[in-house]
Amino acid sequence: MKVGVVTFPGSLDDVDAQRAVRIGGNEAVALWHGDADLKGVDAVILPGGFSYGDYLRCGAISRFAPVMTEVIAKAQQGMPVLGICNGFQILCESHLLPGALIRNHHRKFVCRDQLLRIENNRTPWTSAYDQGQEIRIVLKNGEGGFVADAATLARIEGEGQVVARYLEMNPNGSLNDIAGLTNERGNVVGLMPHPEHAVEELTGSGLDGLGFFTSLVERSFA
Amino acid sequence: MLGPRSAVTRLRPVARVVVSVMPKPEILDPQGKAVLGALPRLGFTGATDVRQGKRFEIDFAGEVTDAVLAEVRQMAETILSNPVIENYAVSVEQ
Repeated sequence: MKVGVVTFPGSLDDVDAQRAVRIGGNEAVALWHGDADLKGVDAVILPGGFSYGDYLRCGAISRFAPVMTEVIAKAQQGMPVLGICNGFQILCESHLLPGALIRNHHRKFVCRDQLLRIENNRTPWTSAYDQGQEIRIVLKNGEGGFVADAATLARIEGEGQVVARYLEMNPNGSLNDIAGLTNERGNVVGLMPHPEHAVEELTGSGLDGLGFFTSLVERSFA
Repeated sequence: MLGPRSAVTRLRPVARVVVSVMPKPEILDPQGKAVLGALPRLGFTGATDVRQGKRFEIDFAGEVTDAVLAEVRQMAETILSNPVIENYAVSVEQ
């Protein structure tokens, strides 16, 4: 599959994400924020970083980048989209995912190897994991606190839209320990921790992040 | 003596519309909490809560018409605020 990775001004993890896509057995295609062109990709990753310097609100300006018009239209038609960290914030600002991400409740930037539980392995990004599988990948954010009103939160939980939950400790004040989320259709996934930093033994906390990049292959052969 | 800039201002008055954006009451405001925590250390003991928001000053050439205000409200809803977590208020500065 061809997986596009968008570079915004201020993206940090776009090259790591491209690399993870290749290690996961797919073709990585670089996409540019200023081009309303997805170059025929089958899926899109919005990487981590500080796009537009996090000005206004994290992801608020990126959400209106020319490439996002295409991403939003395709996502609504069912194309798999994964937003990691800043990408998750962009997906919430785009209203492709419910809720919002606000400053960590303890007000400090957090960087740690974080234990998660995969709560939903029915998305195109998580099908390589077992339901309930525990994985440890790096988390690094300043504004990762997931919030939503009570009705939205009840709906998210009721529909099984929580993709991953923090275990052992809640690093940023996210409601219901939510680390990752999918939309009603299940094709759009936002995740605060970084699976693209856990795809090789040489660096990071292990290989636990690889599943997010091999799931697409398993799905296409299924 | 008035410079060229003042002359332009006098001919084409600038109207200012202010958009105030605040986190919704039920949304945690860590920045406001940090400010609240700092106040007693500085001897300000009366405050019971602090909420931190944003203020946007948007200038227009000419008068602020209903059409201009409608446009500002659209700006506020589209990009200046995130309706999921924030409320906004629009006012005209005299």
